[in-house]
Amino acid sequence: MTDVLVDAPAERGIGHAVRRGLSGVAQLWLLAVIVAVWEVWTRTAGSPSFPPPSQILKELWDLYFSGPADHFFLTEQARTDFAPSLKNLFTGWALAGVAGVVLGLAIGRFRVAGLIVLPPLHFLRSIPPPTLIPFLLAVLDIGTPLQVTTIVFGVVWPVLLNTIDGVRSVDRLQLETARVFGITGARRLFRVVLPSAAPKIFAGLRVSLGFALILMVISELVGFGQGIGAHIIDAQHSFEMTQMWAGIVLLGILGCLFNLVFHLVERWALAWHGAARRNR
Amino acid sequence: MLEITDLTHSYGDHTVLEKTSLTVPDGELVSIVGPSGCGKSTLLRCVAGLISPVGGRVVLDGTPIDGVPDGLAVVFQDYSRSLLPWLTVRDNVALPLRRRGGSKAERRAAAEEALSSVGLHGAGRRYPWQLSGGMQQRVAIARALAYRPSLLLMDEPFGSVDAQTREDLEDLVLKVHRDEGMTILLVTHDIDESVYVGDRVVVLGRDPGGIRAELEVKLPSPRDQISTRADPDFVRLRTEVSRLVRGAGALEVPSEAAAEPQKESEPREEDTEET
Ligand SMILES: Nc1ncnc2c1ncn2[C@@H]1O[C@H](COP(=O)(O)OP(=O)(O)OP(=O)(O)O)[C@@H](O)[C@H]1O
Ligand SMILES: [Mg+2]
Repeated sequence: MTDVLVDAPAERGIGHAVRRGLSGVAQLWLLAVIVAVWEVWTRTAGSPSFPPPSQILKELWDLYFSGPADHFFLTEQARTDFAPSLKNLFTGWALAGVAGVVLGLAIGRFRVAGLIVLPPLHFLRSIPPPTLIPFLLAVLDIGTPLQVTTIVFGVVWPVLLNTIDGVRSVDRLQLETARVFGITGARRLFRVVLPSAAPKIFAGLRVSLGFALILMVISELVGFGQGIGAHIIDAQHSFEMTQMWAGIVLLGILGCLFNLVFHLVERWALAWHGAARRNR
Repeated sequence: MLEITDLTHSYGDHTVLEKTSLTVPDGELVSIVGPSGCGKSTLLRCVAGLISPVGGRVVLDGTPIDGVPDGLAVVFQDYSRSLLPWLTVRDNVALPLRRRGGSKAERRAAAEEALSSVGLHGAGRRYPWQLSGGMQQRVAIARALAYRPSLLLMDEPFGSVDAQTREDLEDLVLKVHRDEGMTILLVTHDIDESVYVGDRVVVLGRDPGGIRAELEVKLPSPRDQISTRADPDFVRLRTEVSRLVRGAGALEVPSEAAAEPQKESEPREEDTEET
């Protein structure tokens, strides 16, 4: 009666990895062409507003990444710009994530609560978060509280709404199984409801992370604060166009990096989800 | 003692069970057969307290069932969906055991033992979706057995396994039933199986759904796959059940199906519907 276990997913994995690698190369190739065209075009045009990418990269390097080895090659400037930006970004994102999941669980669990709370939530979500900045400027000091509040308010919605949705769409049979086998309370929450809702929660967190980066920059652009966004606006005021572009490119790189890291964490945490779906 | 009295259930205006009554003494293994859609799963769900019936009562050991009773385990018909894909097979089996007390190591050992008993030795570290349908079904059975319930509900528990494994699992259920004295309701589509494992076979009918007949199975115990199935009594009973199920499947036949078997044997019969 003992079966031989065949590991089909692993075999499929190799072909999958090769195909992914190839498509990665194809994407990089296209990127290289674009950069080359950009370089040629900006060099021939010679406009001060559009420095060539080679110059932007050199500026980026000099400004931020030419520091000493014992500071991970980060310059003094990098530390003064990155620290407040990243601190606000991740504080806001983490607070919004926790609040979104906790509130989402509570609202998703109780149908009536959902019916009452959802319409106002949809209204609040529809307010473009940057419009709150004038109000926040009136009540909060410029700096971290203002920026974090803006980020939290802007990015909590995808997490909250996805958590509500995830909690509500837990498989009925899985809940019945929990009931039959006496899995209740915290164990039910952590072993059945949260894992089942996790794919949707992660999707919400991923969208939120993108929003958080955007709001971080916006709050720095208007908030007269420190950080990468403030550096960009300062550079523009002093006609340092190459420095401004360096900041823009840096934000693009950060966005890609966050996405990549998040993707890896998600794939690790939700391995069962992808694999279970492929096997159906 | 499980007492089902005048159980009626309908989904919307579609009545599935009508005034169904059944009494199961402690330690009995009752096989339930009947055509597809006649309400077998609905009956089990009412007993498990997962749905509250429109009418009638289900009483377990003197207490009316209202919510899932303690010491009850279910092997769901949709076994695959009832396993949690984010837990390993072993953790799926061990998760309900928390309630039974014991250390984590003890619970894991109990889970591994149950897995071995259904022929899944060494599969504990796998995930449900890495297993075949038949193996997943056995995980669901192992989970229910490891739980050591006093009332076990099994909804077509051997539907996806091969013939040899099926016989092994039938014997496993009989052995556990004998050793632990639990009460078992087992739904099956296999008429031979219903007679082979059952102390009693209950035949359900459709439109309106209800019990068409109950047959006592007086075959010597312990049963044996070869000799029991060759026993003339076994052959007679299986023919009986087969005829009743065919009758229950047709629309107009219930009275005929109920009347006929009396000539050949003396099964305990009740015609529960008032037509
Ligand atoms: N949740 C539900 N909502 C509406 N109708 C339902 C529901 N569950 C079952 N039914 C209907 O009730 C009837 C009996 O269903 P049930 O699942 O109890 O049948 P069954 O005897 O277990 O059938 P099978 O042998 O195919 O598993 C069927 O006609 C089915 O369509
Ligand atoms: Mg069924």
